[in-house]
Amino acid sequence: MSTQPALKDWPLWEVFVRSKQGLEHKHCGSLHASDSAHALQMARDVYTRRQEGVSIWVVPSHLIAASDPEDKALMFDPASDKIYRHPTFYEIPDEVGHM
Amino acid sequence: MDARVNAAATTAPTDYLLHLADNAVVLGQRNAEWCGHAPILEEDLAMANQALDLIGQARLLYQLAATRLNAEGRTSRPSAWPAGPITEDTLAYFRADRDFRNYTLQELPHHTGLVPASGGERDWAITIVRNFFYATLMEGVWEQLAQSPDADLAAVAAKSLKEVRYHVRHARDWLVRLGDGTAESHRRAQAAVDYLLPFTAEFWADSDVDSQAAQAGSAVPALRAEWDRRVDAALHEATLTRPPAVDGYVPQGKQGVHSEHLSYLLGEMQSLARAHPGAVW
Repeated sequence: MSTQPALKDWPLWEVFVRSKQGLEHKHCGSLHASDSAHALQMARDVYTRRQEGVSIWVVPSHLIAASDPEDKALMFDPASDKIYRHPTFYEIPDEVGHM
Repeated sequence: MDARVNAAATTAPTDYLLHLADNAVVLGQRNAEWCGHAPILEEDLAMANQALDLIGQARLLYQLAATRLNAEGRTSRPSAWPAGPITEDTLAYFRADRDFRNYTLQELPHHTGLVPASGGERDWAITIVRNFFYATLMEGVWEQLAQSPDADLAAVAAKSLKEVRYHVRHARDWLVRLGDGTAESHRRAQAAVDYLLPFTAEFWADSDVDSQAAQAGSAVPALRAEWDRRVDAALHEATLTRPPAVDGYVPQGKQGVHSEHLSYLLGEMQSLARAHPGAVW
């Protein structure tokens, strides 16, 4: 397949699919497309062939700001010894029921 | 009212079911040629999806036709057909090219003009323009047939209508992108329109198929004005021009008179079933 022109000229889009009513859109992959309508159409054909979805979002990949993998330690490790942030140490009154 | 007369009045002619099925299976087989060869991976999937939609429509229609042919209990049948009850496979794989009733448009290769059947590169513009012409027609036909007095056919139509609406959207979108794209894509899209439009004259030409269609609740000539309007609007948006109509040869595929391309297509499609009758996965 001669994919070079498309890969060169068409921007990358991230695809999010909502699997059924009530659940959130989840990232499921990316594709190259010339514009948003084109990206939605191709996302339909690539990512919802097996009834995976009822709704699709596409977002230009360059608009997503991402944390730097290099920053993983300073960003996320400090949370690792703060287990008290999980609300498992509190006794829940019966009247509250399920939380 | 006599029950048999009543039953006959609500059943589409079997030959008409075969016309609809043949249209779908031949274009499905053609478009499946792109599998693994489309311009980009996403369109490879899109075209395979649509080919499978068409083959799925053909299966339902062949199954319906087979059920009814078996119920008729005819004693004579073509010698090439396998023994036993008629099935969808009998009708798809064991009928000869002259028995196929698809529009000639469906069987043309994916390239323009007088290129040998197996030669020449596939041209995406041909694929898109043909899909657009055919899907735009079928959106109207399936809308009519969704109201058919033949309840089985109406159910197939209701399912097919959803599929064909997506086919129209896909093909129209690409038609506009190609026509209003680069100089090269515009040239090739215009060439595809110029080449294929005359084949659509067959849609409107009267034949036995059309009186059978009327019994099933479809009138293709009544769709012509709307088809023209939609095609003209898309061509305009695509900055393409509609070639002037010419009074010339009108293809007769729906009456079984085909181009040389159908035999090759059927040869590929039917050879395995004929070499190994009853083969299963």
